Amino acid sequence: MTQGPGDELREINSAPEVALVEEGAGPSTPPSPGGSTIRQREQRLAFGLIAPAVIIVLALVLLPVLWNVALSLRELRLIELQNFNPLAFDFSLENYEEVIGDSDFIELLRTTLLYAVLGTSLSILMGLWAALVVQSAFRGRSLVRGLILFPYVVPVVAAALLWRTMLNPQIGILNSWIQSVFNTGNVDFLTSRSFDIQIFGLEFGLPAAFTMIILFEGWRSFPFAFLFILARLQALPGELYEAAEVDGASALQGFFHITLPQLRGVFAVLFLLRFIWTFNTFDEIYLLTGGAGGTQVVSVEIFEYLFGRSDIGAAAALSIVLALFLAVLLLLYFRFVPTEETG
Amino acid sequence: MTVRSRNAEYWTLGVLKWASIAFFIAITAFPLLYMVTLSFKDIAEVLLNPANFFPSWSEVSSLETYRNVLRPAEEGGRGFVRLLRNSALVALATVLITVGTGTLAAYAAARLRFFGKRTINMAMVLVYLFPAIVMAIPLFVVFTAIGLRDSLVGLTIVYLAQTIPVALYMLRSYFVTVPVEVEESALIDGCSRLAVIWRIVLPLAAPALAAVSLYVFMIAWNEFLYALLFLTQSPELWTLPLGLQQLDSQEIPRTVLMAGAVVISLPVILIFFVAERYLVEGLTAGSVKG
Repeated sequence: MTQGPGDELREINSAPEVALVEEGAGPSTPPSPGGSTIRQREQRLAFGLIAPAVIIVLALVLLPVLWNVALSLRELRLIELQNFNPLAFDFSLENYEEVIGDSDFIELLRTTLLYAVLGTSLSILMGLWAALVVQSAFRGRSLVRGLILFPYVVPVVAAALLWRTMLNPQIGILNSWIQSVFNTGNVDFLTSRSFDIQIFGLEFGLPAAFTMIILFEGWRSFPFAFLFILARLQALPGELYEAAEVDGASALQGFFHITLPQLRGVFAVLFLLRFIWTFNTFDEIYLLTGGAGGTQVVSVEIFEYLFGRSDIGAAAALSIVLALFLAVLLLLYFRFVPTEETG
Repeated sequence: MTVRSRNAEYWTLGVLKWASIAFFIAITAFPLLYMVTLSFKDIAEVLLNPANFFPSWSEVSSLETYRNVLRPAEEGGRGFVRLLRNSALVALATVLITVGTGTLAAYAAARLRFFGKRTINMAMVLVYLFPAIVMAIPLFVVFTAIGLRDSLVGLTIVYLAQTIPVALYMLRSYFVTVPVEVEESALIDGCSRLAVIWRIVLPLAAPALAAVSLYVFMIAWNEFLYALLFLTQSPELWTLPLGLQQLDSQEIPRTVLMAGAVVISLPVILIFFVAERYLVEGLTAGSVKG
């Protein structure tokens, strides 16, 4: 691009005599005697307008991703960064062997996948429930609606700190409630792998920290699902329900035969978005448990490789593994979920 | 018979509804209340009786925890005023650059025809979904190499990669819904495209621009991962999320931490309650049609 936006301005200004007649396809593409020049100008203008955004994003996303592949094939420590030559040619797959050969690798993937599936499902179910409740009119509805958005709006650091305080074994209010209701004894739910609860004299073992990260994820992101589902519910035509009621359908039948089918598209989109984000989650888990008590997930492990072990190569390799694993899951998803529901 | 079962169903659903409302109020309002009340408490009182989390009037009026959090580190405080300044600088710069570049790009993507349009639109959605941690390592390496790592400028640059795709997507779905007739007649009258954008599109899009600005501000204000990666070694540059998290790893009373949590949450909560409607519309735009 040799022309700045200013040139475009003058150029288009200089051709006002061209008749603005619709050419067929585009609403704003004036034909000209020269044929394609106006189209070319439009194209140049478009490139000029879109270039800053695209260049910034490409430089900060595409290049790093490619470079990440290069890093993952090198033996590189944090302290060697000063005299690192990106062009040297000494590739090896050792980092991948190190990362995948780690004895906890399968456990790591399993925890991450389980966290993503359960966290996503919980947030969508709670979001659906909240949307159904708020959809009907009642006193204080807008207040409840606003309150429901609080967990999503509050900064993740503050939310995690709040949960850590509520679950603190010394002063946490939630911790003391759980202990007295379920007879668990003094448990730190954010560092213990499991805890025993007693209900009606029966004793169960439950995962402790893992349950907490699922609940935290559900709590933090159900408002997101709530917003999408509520918007869709409010767009549903009321005639459907009236017709069903005339035909003698109960409210429950209406829910299962009208509401749920109409929400399938939203569910598909929500599940896709939330699954991707939850699968890559770093903040929530790093801040809440730091990976303790059986909550280590891939993103936190990458951070561990980078700072804990100062092993840049292995961190890069694991992040590539994460991206590939996610890509395979997404391919499977699009293979088995009809595409018109995800649009 | 059917009338009676209808009645039973009606009452059951009514009870369920109010129980559900109570449940959602409990899980949202209670944590909020706990955060605010505990932030005023004297930690000694809380250690004596954890269930007593309502502050007395003297505790509220002394504002001891808030003074502690905001006081500069040299005077024995936590220096949150400096953190507030850092966070505000980064967030505002991110908003300005993102909305500026995003508006132009979104207009082109919504109105103009050009080669590669579909590809660029798709790429932006993909970037939006791309794991931040995958870009984090190479960006960390490059920014260390060129000396941008321990700086607010570097942090702002990185935030742009996350906010521009969101802004582009939200603004494009807004521009698509605005009728083109006004713009067309201005073009016929000899207005240039850029003049059309400046004089017609931007004023019309003001509510959408405000919503996107606020949304981008919230993303930058809340961001934690890159701040942790880039700034950990430079305490004078910490943003609020990083500063608050670093406090948690020291021996700081949890009441003071809650005061910090209130300080960091207040701006975004205020923004949200002022502009809730626009933000919600912007967020869910385009996804409720299908």
